Formats: sequence, structure tokens, C-alpha cells
Amino acid sequence: MSVFQMTKTVLKSLFSRPATLMYPAKPAKKTANTRGHVEIDPAKCITCKMCQRKCPTQAIEVDNKIRTWQIDNMRCVVCAICVDTCPTKCLTMDTQYRPAMTARGGLEKFTVAGPKKKEPAAAPAEGTKPAEKKE
Amino acid sequence: MTKQITVPFGPQHPVLPEPLHLDLVLEDEKVVDVIPTIGYVHRGLEKLVEKREYTEYVFIAERICGICSFIHSQTYVQGIEQIMGLEIPERAEYLRTIWGEYSRLHSHLLWLGLFADSMGFESVFMNAWRLREHILDDLESTTGGRVIQGVCKVGGVRKDVAPEKLDEMLKGLKNLEHELNELNNVFLFDQSMKHRLKGIGKLSSEDAYQLGAVGPTARGSGLAIDIRETGYGAFGKINFRPVVEHGGDSYARCAVRAKEMFTSIDIIEQCIKKIPDGPVDMKVTGAPDGEYFSRTEQPRGEVIHYIKGNGKKNLVRHRVRTPTFTNIPPLVTLLKGCELADVPVIVLSIDPCIGCAER
Repeated sequence: MSVFQMTKTVLKSLFSRPATLMYPAKPAKKTANTRGHVEIDPAKCITCKMCQRKCPTQAIEVDNKIRTWQIDNMRCVVCAICVDTCPTKCLTMDTQYRPAMTARGGLEKFTVAGPKKKEPAAAPAEGTKPAEKKE
Repeated sequence: MTKQITVPFGPQHPVLPEPLHLDLVLEDEKVVDVIPTIGYVHRGLEKLVEKREYTEYVFIAERICGICSFIHSQTYVQGIEQIMGLEIPERAEYLRTIWGEYSRLHSHLLWLGLFADSMGFESVFMNAWRLREHILDDLESTTGGRVIQGVCKVGGVRKDVAPEKLDEMLKGLKNLEHELNELNNVFLFDQSMKHRLKGIGKLSSEDAYQLGAVGPTARGSGLAIDIRETGYGAFGKINFRPVVEHGGDSYARCAVRAKEMFTSIDIIEQCIKKIPDGPVDMKVTGAPDGEYFSRTEQPRGEVIHYIKGNGKKNLVRHRVRTPTFTNIPPLVTLLKGCELADVPVIVLSIDPCIGCAER
């Protein structure tokens, strides 16, 4: 009769520490490769629209007239194709997940530097505003 | 003659992770007829090929299923590569095979856990999922995603794995194999498991063949159908034999999956030993012009992606035939004549993945 097949495992589990993490009290383990969320360095963006064109969920909208870069976090599936295609490497992948949303929206708009001009473009680079939430 | 009554099973049922609706026609406690209904989670992913470029569509193909995600993207890109006549680097083939087998491992562990849960064996459920976490950790550290890996692309893979990491994975698998042995003892030899599964939901090999059963459902009935034997990816250079059981009942299907995990570990070990150095991707230009049926073996069985392009960036047609869809007719046969109390176990024994089946 094979009734007590689990005994060894059960005893081992009884005298060892829990296999689970006390998330969110303890941060989730993340590796260097983890795709958490997309971040932008607005000073480097040249509004070339490559990320917008490649995005499979159309989460990114770039306006080169008013120089804004906008991401819809509810649409973004964190595939990192924008990070791969960005020619100036202004997009990076952060390893931490975005915290759960508690309200509607999810749009994030950044004012970016835009294409480089001949004169030293000090003003637009400094005038970058971090996260300006809509709604 | 006893009066017939119809009992709805699903779409919301504690044992089902996904919505599948079965109308069970009962005579007393015996199931005499089953009318399955699907269509609760249709997302229209196949239609999206007309709106997305074929290179971006890889990410959408991957999201057809949440568990066999990697193999869906692999099947899709293999089809595109065949149409375009691309010879991808050998290292990429090996990496795809390794990740594919990792996803088979985590899918089977998930299923074994859910299966144990369906008959109230909670501690096995917890243990199976604890072991699954090691595999997900390896997947996350090599690809960046736990279940949606997103590493396949037309012309290769997006990430390379360092040789040190491969050695580490090999060591991890050795430990895992030891722990899996203990878990498998419960699934294969425990008295209560045998009592609950043996002789329940019998499918003869003729029925399995006639009704088009695939994957572990067919292999549990004695049919040695395994698309990996066609040698796609790196499988042509790997020695392995498909696991076949001849019982045809729920226990045989459970045993196939339990034993297949060791085959997967063996395949990964062979791949890591044989993997050549070199690039992992190549530059792809142009667009696919032609059509192709791409077939691979998923954890649940054979999946077919039909891809048709006309030389433009957007494909013309993409059609997926998923293993769960083909396993529904065998499921109806399995359920006829069983007791009402056995229905949850039998439904889970084909490993239904409705998200796949409806796309």
C-alpha cells in the first residue's frame, strides 16, 4: 500500500521557511532582464516616432509639433520593442512593475527635447517636465 | 425509463480556470449526453494580422495563450521564416528549443497542480506550484518575462543567454529533477490518486485517432503522436522518445504529463550540452509572400498556424488550430457514461485551455 507518499515532502515543508514572499511588504525578486515598465529620458528623445510605429498595441503617441511623448499604461504590454528600436536609446526598461492603478486613466505625457537644432538648444532640454498626469 | 435532466456545467465553475460551458444530460447520476459551448473569451486576434505588421504580430501571436505563449510565438515565426526562406542561426534554434521545453515544464506543473486541486488534494497543488516557481524564475532571468517571454522574433531570438547562466540552469534542473521525483511518486503511486483516476474517462486508441485527439490525450490512449519528432527547431539533433501510456483513462493522461517533464529536462540538458556559439539573430528584409502551415508540439498537443502573406507588411490570413479545440470532441466521448461527480476530473484531464481555443 502506498498511502503516505507525501510524508517526506510534508515533513520537509513543515521545518523549512515559507516558499512565498510577503509581497508587498518585501519587494518582489526581480532580475536584470525583467521587463517592468518603460521609462523615457525626455532630454534625449528626438520625436522620430519609431516607437509609435513599432508598438503592437499602439500605446505610444508622439507629437513632433508640440514635442510630446505620451504612453498609455493601460495599453502597454511591456514587450520592449520600443526600447529595442529607439535610435537615441532614450527609452529604457525598468525592472520594477508599475504599482496597481486605483483610478481611471493611465496616460502619461512628457515634454521632450525634440530633434537637435544647429544652435545649442539649452532651453528645451532644461524645460523638460517629468510626468504630467492627465485626468 | 428514468427522466432526463440537463445540468449546466460552467462557464463559471470552481474547477475551471477558464470559461467552458457544458450542458450535461443526466439520467440519475449518469451522464448520457454532453453539449459543449465555447465563445466566452473570443478576442479576434487572428483578424489583427490585417492591422499590424508581420514583425509586430509576434507579440500578439504570443498572447493567444497565457501558458503556452512561447510556443505560439515560435510556431508563428517558424511559419514566417519558412515562407521567406530564412536560415536562422543555429544558436537561436537551440535557445528556442530550450525555452519551449521550459514552458512545457511549467505548463505541466501548473496542470498537475490544478488536477490535484480538482480532486481536493491541496498539498500536492501547493507543492507543484512551488516547483513551478523555480522554472518561472529561470525563464524570467533569461528572457525577461515569467509567462509572456517575448523573446522570439522573425529571424532569431531577441536575447542571448550567457554560458555561465546555462550552467546554472543545468544545476537548477538537477535539483528540480530530484524534487519532481518525489512529487511524481504521489501522482503515480499514491493510493488515493489511483482510486480517483484509474478507469475514469476511458478513451480507446481508435476513438482517440478517429476524433482527432492530440498531445497527452492521444498519447495517454496509446497513440505515439508527437510533432517534436518531425525535428523542428533543434529537435532534429536531440535524442528523445515520446512518452506513451496505454491505459486510456485519466490516470494514463496524468502519467503521460508527469513522465513528460523528465523528457523535457533531458531535452534541455542535451540542448545545453550541444548548443553552438554564434549570433542569435539575423537581419530580415522584405515581407512574406506565400502560405505555410506551421506545426509544433505544445504542452497540450499539436498546434497549427496557417499563415498567408502577399508580399506586403501586413499578412492576409492567419489561422490557428489549437490543441484544446481538437480535444473537445474526445472530451464529449470521454464524458458520456461517466458519473456526475467525475466530470470535473475528466474535463481537467484533457488540460483545457479555452483562451487558446477561442483566440
